[in-house]
Amino acid sequence: MAEILVLVDHADGAVRKPALELLTLARRIGEPSAVVLGAGEAAASIAATAGEYGAATVYVADGAEFTEQLVVPKVDALTQLAQEKGAAAVLVTSSGEGKEIAARVALRLGSGLITDAVELEAGENGPVATQSVFAASYQVRSTVTHGVPVITVKPNSAAPEASSAAGTVENVTVSFTGNAAKVVARTPRVSTGRPELTESAIVVSGGRGVGAAEGFAVVEKLADSLGAAVGASRAAVDAGWYPHSNQVGQTGKQVSPQLYVAAGISGAIQHRAGMQTSKTIVAVNKDPEAPIFDLVDYGVVGDLFEVLPQLTDEIGAR
Amino acid sequence: MTLRIAVCVKYVPDATGDRGFADDLTVDRDEVDGLLSELDEYAVEQALRISEESDDAEVTVVTVGPDDAKDALRKALSMGADKAVHVNDEDIHGSDVIATSAILAKALEKTGFDLVVCGMASTDGTMGVLPALLAERLSLPQVTLLSELSVEDGLVKGRRDGDAATELLEAPLPAIVSVTDQSGEARYPSFKGIMAAKKKPVQELDLDDLDIDADEVGLAGAWTLVDAVAARPARTKGTIVTDEGDGGKQLAAFLATQKFI
Ligand SMILES: Cc1cc2nc3c(=O)[nH]c(=O)nc-3n(C[C@H](O)[C@H](O)[C@H](O)COP(=O)(O)OP(=O)(O)OC[C@H]3O[C@@H](n4cnc5c(N)ncnc54)[C@H](O)[C@@H]3O)c2cc1C
Ligand SMILES: Nc1ncnc2c1ncn2[C@@H]1O[C@H](COP(=O)(O)O)[C@@H](O)[C@H]1O
Repeated sequence: MAEILVLVDHADGAVRKPALELLTLARRIGEPSAVVLGAGEAAASIAATAGEYGAATVYVADGAEFTEQLVVPKVDALTQLAQEKGAAAVLVTSSGEGKEIAARVALRLGSGLITDAVELEAGENGPVATQSVFAASYQVRSTVTHGVPVITVKPNSAAPEASSAAGTVENVTVSFTGNAAKVVARTPRVSTGRPELTESAIVVSGGRGVGAAEGFAVVEKLADSLGAAVGASRAAVDAGWYPHSNQVGQTGKQVSPQLYVAAGISGAIQHRAGMQTSKTIVAVNKDPEAPIFDLVDYGVVGDLFEVLPQLTDEIGAR
Repeated sequence: MTLRIAVCVKYVPDATGDRGFADDLTVDRDEVDGLLSELDEYAVEQALRISEESDDAEVTVVTVGPDDAKDALRKALSMGADKAVHVNDEDIHGSDVIATSAILAKALEKTGFDLVVCGMASTDGTMGVLPALLAERLSLPQVTLLSELSVEDGLVKGRRDGDAATELLEAPLPAIVSVTDQSGEARYPSFKGIMAAKKKPVQELDLDDLDIDADEVGLAGAWTLVDAVAARPARTKGTIVTDEGDGGKQLAAFLATQKFI
């Protein structure tokens, strides 16, 4: 059966959820093999998880290069594997780094590239990817017509489903090509204890209407009562009220949760680009004319400092 | 020695317009007004700042695009870039990012550079991969998605705020960098800048000038095929209530019907 290479994104020694989604999607178009790079001692447990989600083979490569140089070592490894194993497709998570890796792999393989797929199916002419473009106002279906399809898939595009496979570890020695930027320091992002923005089933976001950094307390309290991740509009981020890593939108994270709550956010096109594919959308805004109300399933015209705490209390009382 | 900075800028349909597709399923560039991609303004800004801080530097803006892409170049020139290169050829229409990167790489080689600055992504395609592809094609280090950038003693240094970590990066020149919208607000063109831009040189190049075969690019040379595009059904507007003291409770009731609580 066609071998599909899946680059497994990991952090803090654990598989990240989007990698499990990729393994799940890969099974629709062939037989997944996982590629685990630079995981050090965690490789064995990561490989085991990949096996539980359907990876027959797990290729493991290690080396300081993967952490000390930007992007290129992973490109070297993935290209080498795709060539040696005659892979039928290569899947990578759509993150800033993931897309860069995929692009360079595609170029080296002489292959077409599709980024930011939200859906993947087997088709007569290879995998068919669906993308959501122009701030999610259009759906585009495309295929790769040249070479080995290299496709990046957005987080939350599929629900991870376990499917036990051998997960046989094969250690790989990579020939590194160089010409990479040096990573001179790395500061891991401190976890807030809340779910990852792109992975969370529920996201509660605050915008300029939150008014100040302290105002985010009401947003966080609601998020915590729902077990949700916290997001922010660019206006709130630019004002310094919330970290950029929590920005939702075109130049922030693109989220696609089951439930998105927008509080004090007007709904500019660049914000919508990051949340419009959410399943259910709810907004609280003082201005009945705010464009965000055009997208909501349920909207409350009102002051978020009244509505959010009352909602939080209601949830607590249930 | 002059520090030669090239900035890649793209002319894109206005995001606040009604963007769509032409009959050949390429991005419609006629119906909606275009402009310099806002994310590339940050690239121009960083190039100008580096240029201002060095004794001797020259900023060239480079675009691959149709006739109207000249507007994007003008805007960058009026912000303060010194000169422009416009690659324009009928046969480029419909090129995918792999082909665009081939054209840009050739144009950059012809122009000459020590540093290439790109935006983080174009606001129409939003792929954010072209800088990495340029690095691959030109065999140069990529120092990309930077929220801070500096050039000193033949080294480029930058900060990349990634998903899982913040990284400090470093590479020798020549190098390819891209900057995010966190890198610093772009300046507005001054009246003087707008007047001066009219006299700045814009070099026109076509595929012949770059020794590129027409069938390597454009729709014919694309390695991906768009099978179908469909407008997403507009979200139907749901229930809107006005808070009269029980807005939070009403919202809770809605979330309960949807089984979120
Ligand atoms: C190239 C580019 C990229 C961009 N990328 C992004 C991006 O990734 N993400 C993003 O979000 N934006 C992005 N933007 C910015 C975007 O255009 C908007 O400026 C931004 O989204 C506005 O944020 P906001 O809705 O919080 O603020 P505003 O538009 O100012 O809206 C604030 C809202 O809060 C409401 N409000 C005020 N007080 C209260 C209250 N007490 N209770 C309830 N409601 C209240 C107001 O009625 C108003 O509707 C980008 C822009 C550009 C040009
Ligand atoms: N046609 C083009 N002409 C010049 N520069 C471009 C072009 N397309 C993309 N770029 C540059 O590459 C960056 C990333 O683009 P993309 O990979 O298309 O999202 C942009 O911000 C520009 O700096």
